[in-house]
Amino acid sequence: MKETIERHPHDVLVVGAGGAGLRAAIEAADQGASVGLVCKSLLGKAHTVMAEGGVAAALAHVAPADSWQVHFRDTMVGGKLLNNPRMAELHAQEAPDRVRELERWGAVFDRTADGRILQRPFGGHSHPRLAHVGDRTGLEMIRTLQDRAVGAGIAVYMECTISHLLTQPDRVTGAFGYWRATGRPVVFPAKTIVLATGGVGRAYQVSSNSWEYSGDGHALACLAGAELLDMEFVQFHPTGMVWPPGVKGLLVTEAVRGEGGILRNKDGERFMWKYLPEDRRHEYAATDEEATTWVEAQSAARSTDARRPPELSTRDNVSRAIYTEVREGRGTEHGGVFLDISYLPAEHVRRKLPSMYEQFKELADVDITTGPMEVGPTTHYIMGGIRVDADTGATTRQGLFAAGEVAGGMHGANRLGGNSLSDLLVFGQRTGAGAAAAAAAAPELRHIDPIQVREAERDLSAPFDRPGRADPHRLHEELQSTMQSQVGIFRTEADLEEAIRRIGDLRSRWPDIGISGGRPYNPGWDLVFEVRNMLIVSEAIARSALQRRESRGAHSRLDYTEPDPAWARLNSVVRLADDGLEVTTASVPELPDELRPLIETE
Amino acid sequence: MPEAQLRVFRGSPGSSGRLVDYDVPVEEGMVVLDALHWVQAHLAPDLAVRWNCKAAKCGSCGAEVNGRPRLTCKTRLSDFAEGEPITVEPMRAFPLVKDLVVDVSWNYEVNRRIPPFQPPPDRPQETWRWQQEDIERVQEFRKCIECFLCQDVCHVLRNHETERPFMGPRFLVRAAGLEMHPMDTADRTSHLKDEGGIGFCNITKCCTEVCPEHIKITDNAIIPLKERVADRYYDPIQIAWRKLRGRGSETGPAADDGNAP
Ligand SMILES: Cc1cc2nc3c(=O)[nH]c(=O)nc-3n(C[C@H](O)[C@H](O)[C@H](O)COP(=O)(O)OP(=O)(O)OC[C@H]3O[C@@H](n4cnc5c(N)ncnc54)[C@H](O)[C@@H]3O)c2cc1C
Ligand code: SF4
Ligand code: SF4
Ligand code: FES
Repeated sequence: MKETIERHPHDVLVVGAGGAGLRAAIEAADQGASVGLVCKSLLGKAHTVMAEGGVAAALAHVAPADSWQVHFRDTMVGGKLLNNPRMAELHAQEAPDRVRELERWGAVFDRTADGRILQRPFGGHSHPRLAHVGDRTGLEMIRTLQDRAVGAGIAVYMECTISHLLTQPDRVTGAFGYWRATGRPVVFPAKTIVLATGGVGRAYQVSSNSWEYSGDGHALACLAGAELLDMEFVQFHPTGMVWPPGVKGLLVTEAVRGEGGILRNKDGERFMWKYLPEDRRHEYAATDEEATTWVEAQSAARSTDARRPPELSTRDNVSRAIYTEVREGRGTEHGGVFLDISYLPAEHVRRKLPSMYEQFKELADVDITTGPMEVGPTTHYIMGGIRVDADTGATTRQGLFAAGEVAGGMHGANRLGGNSLSDLLVFGQRTGAGAAAAAAAAPELRHIDPIQVREAERDLSAPFDRPGRADPHRLHEELQSTMQSQVGIFRTEADLEEAIRRIGDLRSRWPDIGISGGRPYNPGWDLVFEVRNMLIVSEAIARSALQRRESRGAHSRLDYTEPDPAWARLNSVVRLADDGLEVTTASVPELPDELRPLIETE
Repeated sequence: MPEAQLRVFRGSPGSSGRLVDYDVPVEEGMVVLDALHWVQAHLAPDLAVRWNCKAAKCGSCGAEVNGRPRLTCKTRLSDFAEGEPITVEPMRAFPLVKDLVVDVSWNYEVNRRIPPFQPPPDRPQETWRWQQEDIERVQEFRKCIECFLCQDVCHVLRNHETERPFMGPRFLVRAAGLEMHPMDTADRTSHLKDEGGIGFCNITKCCTEVCPEHIKITDNAIIPLKERVADRYYDPIQIAWRKLRGRGSETGPAADDGNAP
């Protein structure tokens, strides 16, 4: 058979054009590499555009007492010390520079009274720390990076889906994919590849994530022989919309609570007081009055001795609290709780939360300046991801790198709000540099195995030969309902085993999927490979969750309700073995001596 | 359950497209994009629709709903009378890819040619101080989600499908965001006038009306830019002044309001 497949060779191929992919591409290009940037949707539409609340960095503009050390400690404590400490350290140290760099590249953040970048408080952060632009921080970030990348002349391949990685026994050699507009295949030979494909939320029914979040990078890495870390840790954000049905799961930014939003059950009780963990209670206000004092100070951007409101507890905790309130019959009519910011001046609410104001007005007929919102937990983020080297983003597979939400280790058992956008910048930059250096050290582009390309092509065309067989939408729906009901906020051994069985059943039906229509822009066809990826990722989540017989951070087991010291220093590891996914553990990297006091004195 | 009657454009380049009727069961709060997804999941898995966020934040899902450019994820079915067919067609100002998806790559080309942000070389970042009031206008422009609905509605672009002489409202908004940035020093006046074709805009304000971000495109972006261009090229006093000083582009448009400490 004659090869006529389009080819685009590069030193570094970056898959994904969200914050992490863009930052990596810019860095690799700055280091002199020829860079290709591929994304499934149009440039500028990646998930990062939806980020609302802000980017965490210890700039200390609002709270002079803030420092990278405090940010490091907050991140580790929020992650229940399962974080890779070196990643948390680099992240806390470098985030301020990365944020200032955005400003230098044209970003326009909200300002303090003395004209510097303003910072807002968020759950689990000891100080107001999130640089932001109203509640559209992600848009500001992606536009700034996009303009910079385009200005640097980086080759962008948009609406192009990578479906296979190409390998040699010792390393990855390139990527295979297709143009969505035409369905035609394309090969990207590359010395190094950076995966920056984001998350997995579409494996669940209720999610704040877009269609792109099918765990492609997680699955591609796993199939290519790299390891996944801590996949049981899925973040359920406490506040998603619950009504009307069409918007169920849509995010209500944590900035609402950062600006003073109060959570109440249907009886009007401010229930978060009941759920503060005893060992952290001292960090939160003791009374409604103290919480109000804090909110007033915060609205005026002045510092205060008052402690933060109980609503700003960590996300895992607030999600469990809401879930429990609803389960015990104190939820609203639509199965949520109330979140109220309407006690603040309407003008202030509209200025600080413009897109939340619009979102509720347009989609739910609710005016958040005059009445409460109804909210409940929604699948939001995965802490787990591809196992990487902290300094360079290198995975356990030669030539393969990862950054952003698809990478694991930085956030441990629970991510703090605002720590993702900063993660994208810090590790995007480092991984871009790492991949460029490795590409420079590699002699030349490696031979692309034509058999692998042919097999990938056959995979792509196979579903068209089976029209009328298993429908990708049905498989997807079944997977979502399994993940939602059995691998959700609260887990048990029986549920997880059942989920693994069902996922196995779906996996055996996957090769039967058939689709109709042609190749050009066919969403049903896109879904076939996304379902493959989601099945791999879902199994990794369920198996890791089954293995961890304890409750920690975002992973809550009803049959093992307490943290178990035996698990305190263990990460979960998933890799591909001959007969499917294999789950093991690895020790959490040791905390270096110089960082130890930061954690112990807290 | 009540049903909505969707009338959706189906077609590819080269084939004559047609409107296909789909009856879709309606749930409370449903938007047009939900209805299209329902069609994909139940009746036409290959229906091409571009979308990402379903939250009016990414600007992917623009289409013409009953002839009006809108975000389908923000257009409620309840906005239409019961029994009234809801026609969904692709944006007409751009070449068709398939069904509701159009080729918007031209926009990315236009964007790439706009001179980028250029901070002053001699003002270290540590000294940058801007008041919130001073950046509110720039932030308004930076709210743009690149949905291209304004491009779609603009008659200048609609009437020149192949040789577009005009960058269009979206990119005047972007240029304005750069020009009014407190630290920008680049001069885009000649770009706006020549390549950008700002003179083609005759201020009909159709773009402002469709902008889902409520950016006052014409009043706040286009008119001030037109004034800058006019001052530069047509104002006899400015021309004389420049001749006197013997330099073409001494006063960058942003320099006056931008370099104040
Ligand atoms: C609604 C919402 C609000 C949030 N708010 C905040 C916040 O305020 N602060 C914060 O820190 N975090 C926030 N987060 C989390 C944060 O936005 C994400 O974790 C982060 O943006 C992920 O960025 P990324 O660069 O890893 O990936 P993304 O931005 O998701 O980009 C992924 C890219 O990969 C591409 N891609 C995926 N698969 C393929 C494939 N197979 N082939 C080719 N390309 C592919 C996609 O097209 C896309 O370009 C929020 C998340 C959501 C959903
Ligand atoms: S005001 Fe100008 S840019 Fe806007 S639609 Fe009319 S002609 Fe086009
Ligand atoms: S200016 Fe408004 S209408 Fe035009 S692309 Fe931007 S958001 Fe869309
Ligand atoms: S899908 Fe993002 S704007 Fe509609």
